[in-house]
Amino acid sequence: MAKFSKSDNSVAVIIGSGAGGGVLGMELALKGIKTVILEAGGRHNPQDFVNDEWASFGQISWLDKRTTSGDWRVSRDFSGLPSWIVKAVGGSTLHWAGASLRFQPHEWKVKTEYGNIKGASLEDWPIDHKEMDKWYTKAENHMGTLGTGGRERLPGNNNYKVFEAGAKRMGYKDFHTGNMSINSKPYDGRTACQQIGFCFQGCKSGAKWSSGYVSIPKGEATGKLEVRTHAQVLKIEHGKDGKVNGVVYADKKGTIHKQRARIVCVAGNSIESPRLLLNSESNMFKNGLANSSGQVGRNYMRHMTASTYAIFERPVYFYRGTTMAGIVTDESRNDPSRGFVGGYELETLALGLPFMAAFLDPGQWGREFTASMDQYDHMAGLWIVGEDMPQASNRVTLHKKFKDKYGMPTPNVHFSDHENDIKMRNHAWKQSTALYESVGATKVIQTPPYPSTHNLGTNRMSAKARDGVVNKHGQTWDVKNLFISDGSQFTTGAAENPTLTIVALAMRQAEYIAKQMSSKAI
Amino acid sequence: MGPTIFGKNNAWSATFKNISADDGATLVQMARDIYPHDHLADKYYAAVISGYDKAAGKDKSLKGMIEKELKKINSASKKKYKNNYRMINREVERVDILKANTKSPLFAKVRGDLVVGLYNNKEVWPKFGYEGESASKGGYLNRGYNDINWLDKV
Repeated sequence: MAKFSKSDNSVAVIIGSGAGGGVLGMELALKGIKTVILEAGGRHNPQDFVNDEWASFGQISWLDKRTTSGDWRVSRDFSGLPSWIVKAVGGSTLHWAGASLRFQPHEWKVKTEYGNIKGASLEDWPIDHKEMDKWYTKAENHMGTLGTGGRERLPGNNNYKVFEAGAKRMGYKDFHTGNMSINSKPYDGRTACQQIGFCFQGCKSGAKWSSGYVSIPKGEATGKLEVRTHAQVLKIEHGKDGKVNGVVYADKKGTIHKQRARIVCVAGNSIESPRLLLNSESNMFKNGLANSSGQVGRNYMRHMTASTYAIFERPVYFYRGTTMAGIVTDESRNDPSRGFVGGYELETLALGLPFMAAFLDPGQWGREFTASMDQYDHMAGLWIVGEDMPQASNRVTLHKKFKDKYGMPTPNVHFSDHENDIKMRNHAWKQSTALYESVGATKVIQTPPYPSTHNLGTNRMSAKARDGVVNKHGQTWDVKNLFISDGSQFTTGAAENPTLTIVALAMRQAEYIAKQMSSKAI
Repeated sequence: MGPTIFGKNNAWSATFKNISADDGATLVQMARDIYPHDHLADKYYAAVISGYDKAAGKDKSLKGMIEKELKKINSASKKKYKNNYRMINREVERVDILKANTKSPLFAKVRGDLVVGLYNNKEVWPKFGYEGESASKGGYLNRGYNDINWLDKV
């Protein structure tokens, strides 16, 4: 395994090792570029994961201090936990469910498609579906995405069977067990899914793709990739020429180090990435690094989400097997006659008993609540994920008072629903309630959004420098050797789970970076 | 040795050193009234509450808060239902008192601790039909992940 000197100013430094950073690290190493990934968390092997929701939450979650504001219910019920993401090698690809969906063609161009929506800061992506097609294919083949490349989908579990029966009664046409990056047959040296459940707690069999134990080892095998764990980056530094030249980070013991760099790629997820840029302010970059547009931290998106849980007369045992292998895509179209723009997906979802208690109706107590919990083994459930409207006022900022143990201001996440988000959520609750009632549900519970798993948009891609933070390659408009490589570069969120698009963008960005480096442009 | 609290049916007992027997029993009743599951014995609620006794030994402000808030709740109970909280026979009346006290820091603490502590107790999982850890058993691939058999009847 490679080990590079901290004074080596020829390395590419990547901050974060999730879907964006982990895949970018692999790709750069495969192209022969010396790369150092700095990961704030530790490293876990699949066998280290635990089939226990709270224990796993303590093992892998990002639990550093954060604050929240805005009218979202997460800010009331889980005020210190705006997001439910991972601090470990592999980032949130340890926790992700595996749903790997391409954007629909129109979702790359929603400003054109939807027109001006009051209160929304919509922009078209400066790239389109034709350009992304080959990168999606490359990402799907790397991740072993089912339903693509001739790979057979998973068999349906109990929760899927209820969902499928309801989808048929509803007259839906496009439903199946999903384009999951979970092996249905052995693939890429990894085993097939054992229907363990606990996909959110880290896949113990390794059947689910994760950058942590799939992509990064492929990069490390080249001898060009070094992953430093427990390395919390505090600041990105630059020279008088305005180009970045290194990063300052703290190790496990709190000792401060500086790693020199030829280029820096930020992939710390959509809360930490803008936080790091804002904390990297200097005399030259007074509002934070790469923030001449004032867009760093703005347009925070989290997808329009919610859940629907239904209780039936007879048992379901919905938690057995894959957590999210089931999808109805019929509602993902843009059809403004429904009263909102954009669309949403319905995806099967099960929680274990401990998390169901925490999330079914946060803060609720008494017989109405416990009567539902008593029927836990008679429940079926689904998650709603749809496009939310970017709003300039939904943003990540630095807290004015709170600082972390290294003295860096902590992030505050401000979010309020757009009217379009609320209309879409109500439509999705109505449709999913009807779906379950069509197969005999005796009680349906409409569950509010969980802390965000899909954090997007806070360093967005734009056609013009004034409208965003990065160009079509994820390269910051202000600093040409500084890149954004995670979901924070999303211009808009689309209705689909974002990981596949983050991976495809990282692969595309790696090619651009390699060309720019070989031509000495950076 | 502090007072030992015995449940109604002697099905559980907890020895408290820092919280009075009466306050301990009141907290267990409150816990059950917040998350009432008639198929769960008192011992599962007491398992969460007994942690308060140890904590109260180290944290005088916690001990003080518990005593003060229980006094308020008992006084409201006496005023409206002529009895201390846990001696009120009807659940609906006890819940009525709780509803008037949801802003109490004690209510928030008991509810918050219980929603994690009660449902994360592995002993209660089978009572809800939750099987827990499955990887060591080979997952559910051969253990019923797709065994639902009533869908064609609805």
